[in-house]
Amino acid sequence: MKQSRRTLLKASSGATVIALATATGVFKSGNVYALEWNKAAFDTKGLQETVKAMGGTVATESKDISITSPDIAENGAVVPVSVSSKLGNTESISILVEKNPNALSAAFEIPSGTEPFVSTRVKMGQTSNIYALVKADGKYFFATKEIKVTLGGCGG
Amino acid sequence: MADPMKIRASVMGDKVVVKVLMAHEMETGQRKDSAGKTVPAWFIQNVTATHNGKTVLSAQWGPAVSKNPFLEFRFSGGKVGEKVVVTWTDNKGDKRSDEATIS
Repeated sequence: MKQSRRTLLKASSGATVIALATATGVFKSGNVYALEWNKAAFDTKGLQETVKAMGGTVATESKDISITSPDIAENGAVVPVSVSSKLGNTESISILVEKNPNALSAAFEIPSGTEPFVSTRVKMGQTSNIYALVKADGKYFFATKEIKVTLGGCGG
Repeated sequence: MADPMKIRASVMGDKVVVKVLMAHEMETGQRKDSAGKTVPAWFIQNVTATHNGKTVLSAQWGPAVSKNPFLEFRFSGGKVGEKVVVTWTDNKGDKRSDEATIS
């Protein structure tokens, strides 16, 4: 009895704090710094699974997306990847590595005025296909490319 | 507090090219230390870039982004002398914000 009352008290005081914080604007919605991280999407294993976790249905292959990266990466820890999209109204660009423990590496939101292009460096556990997933006009499109990873500095 | 980012923003044609180099371990949570214990994941989750208060790029990252992450993007509407601010937040709640002047 005592236990449950304590839990209730704790819960209600917590709720009050949140309510107060909301009222004073600490958690103002639409705030630039109200960050979110889509854990479900970063836990997925494959391309289509990631699309579903992002709220889409299915991704189709598109020739309007290009991936620029080396064909052979000597060091899997640092693989430079650039993605650009020629699709109209590109809203987001994501980079996925098929054979990593979790496929999704990075997801970028592209506001209007920003070129549908990103360049970054990702880690690859082994030779794998990488996917560039683009959301344009509410639909998902992808392009793919295989990158060979040579370990141990043999230089393949 | 983490080390500062290196940010370079320069006008090329009608676009501003922004290159960012962040200092972060980006630990995956998959690696084991010499004692065989898993090293806990520690990586940047959110990156936001703003120009004149307008967001020009926002990103969500997983642990598969390389150590000391590099990022390049391009946006239009920036002029020489204006500022670009880049902010990141990691999964431990650490945060870092740096700015660069467009040249």
